[in-house]
Formats: sequence, structure tokens, C-alpha cells
Amino acid sequence: MHIPDGYLGPATYGGMFVLTVPFWAFASWKLNRTLKARQAPYLALGAAFSFVIMMFNIPILGGTTGHATGATLIAILIGPWAAIISVSVALIIQAMLFGDGGITAIGANCFTMAIAGVFTGYVVYRLIAARSEITSKRRLMAGAVAAYVSLNVSAIIAAVLLGVQPLLEKSPTGQPLYAPFPLNVTIPAMALEHLLLFGFVEAAVTALVIKYFQKHDTAMLG
Amino acid sequence: MTMTKKLWIGIAVLALFLPLGVIVPRWFNSGGAWGEWGLDEIQKAAGFVPEGMKRLAEIWKAPLSDYSLPNQSKSLLNESLSYLITGIIGIAVIAGVMYLLTKLLVRKNGSR
Repeated sequence: MHIPDGYLGPATYGGMFVLTVPFWAFASWKLNRTLKARQAPYLALGAAFSFVIMMFNIPILGGTTGHATGATLIAILIGPWAAIISVSVALIIQAMLFGDGGITAIGANCFTMAIAGVFTGYVVYRLIAARSEITSKRRLMAGAVAAYVSLNVSAIIAAVLLGVQPLLEKSPTGQPLYAPFPLNVTIPAMALEHLLLFGFVEAAVTALVIKYFQKHDTAMLG
Repeated sequence: MTMTKKLWIGIAVLALFLPLGVIVPRWFNSGGAWGEWGLDEIQKAAGFVPEGMKRLAEIWKAPLSDYSLPNQSKSLLNESLSYLITGIIGIAVIAGVMYLLTKLLVRKNGSR
């Protein structure tokens, strides 16, 4: 889901920066007002966790690989604004240091995995968890479902960004200038693998860690 | 032991298993992620390399590109070890950057 350099045209990657920067600014402003020093280590933990979980490539037999992002889990544990910053930092370092995701695509990738991933996961979790007991099974299920939905939303947004390139960016002779595959290729390809496999991995990771906090530190889930 | 310490240990344990991120996909004969191909792969997949992509693809030379250390052979052992080491570097850099950033962010709220 890490879109590399060269896949998005300038209008798209520029637009995605324009869309993403206000979220970073608002998240920073929000944290500046609310973040307590004792909560600070959790942002570093969240960023490190997101980075490391994305390195576990899950294979499809003879096909591609994918990974979880931890976005939903981190949002549940440290709140959506802190989570946006944490996951974004992981993504930016991935692009700069490891070439995982393009430099030009940082806005796009932070939008799909950090912003859309975090918000979708957080909202779905809150809706399902509602006022249930912190240690209830319902919370666990809420986390799992939220994580599954969140990763798929991220993947589909990435697929749309890739799939609209042949429509937006064409040479005078009609050849695609950037990502060459149309929506009817990118969406099924990205959606299927995330719906059938990677989404369940994200759900399992999320539920497992929530279970741990239900046992050992319920304050983090409150 | 504090909760944060326990969680850092958790991340350290996860990091030790990082070679699996290289080894498991090999067992299943899997390639990279969908839509993250290099120029040679896009040539194979699409039959041509789009003009704009050619221009932009190499715009950034990442120092530890693809989680590999410089001048390493493509053997499974080397790749897994490089993956482990670059992963640990990544965790350290990200934790450091995030730590500095939160220092800036919490300044206004005092020390509690």
C-alpha cells in the first residue's frame, strides 16, 4: 500500500499533500494543548509498533505480499490525533530512509494509512464498543472489526489513487504517464487481497493487543 | 516494571522475528506488494514504462533502500540479517524522532 515515486502524477501527489498537511497541523495543535508528558512515550511506542508491524510481509501463495499497519490499534490506545502523528512519522521515515513509499507520495500514503486508517478504525471501534465494559468481549470484537474495515478502506483509497492516474495523466498520444492500470484493475486487485487476507491479520493483531491491555492495563482502553 | 518498559520489550521481541518478513514470503514464492513494482517489473507487467514514471521513480536515493545494507549478496541469510539490522535502525530512528517531536509538543503542558 506504500505508493512509490512515479506512480502518482503531480496533480495527485500535490493534492494529497494539500489534503494531508491540515490534518498534521490540527493533530499537532490538538496534542500541544492536551498531551501530557507521561503520555509522550506512547507516541514513540505507537510509531515504532506501526513501523515494525508493517515489516512483517504476509504472503499470498505465488502472488503478492501485504501487511498490517497497526493504525486502528494505535488509535484505540492513544487516541486518533496522536495516532495520526505516530503512524505518519513511521511512514515518513520509511520513505526517506528505506525508500518504502515514495517521497512525492508521502502525502498520499499518510492520508491512506495514517489519516483514513486511523479515523475509520477509531470511529468503527467507538460505534461498536459504545458503552460496553472495558474488559468485555464486545470491545475485543469492536477492535477486530474496526481494524479489518480500516485496513480495507486504506487499501481501497490507495487503489483509487492509482486507478485514476490513467484518466488524469496521459501523453498527447493517450499513453498513461504514471501508474498505468485503470480502476477496474487496481480496485479488485487491492480490495481482494486485503478483504481475504491482510484485513484479518490486522484484526487479529489488534484484538490480541487489546486482550493484553484488558488483562494488564485497562486504563489505556478507557 | 512500568507499562512502557514492558511494551518496549514487546517491540524488541517482535524485532527479533523480523527475518520472518523476508523468509515467509520466500516459502510461499511471493513477490513484493501489489502496485509497488520497480521499473523493470512494471515493464513486464504493463509492457512499457510510462514516461512520467521513468522521470519520477528514481527521484530519491534512500540510504537503506528496500531495507538492505549496502553491498550485500542476495542470499536468504544476508537478506534476512540486513532486514533485521535495518529494522532495528528504523525502530531507533523512529522512536528518536517521535520522542523529540513529542518533547516539542508537550512543552506547553508542564511536566505532568
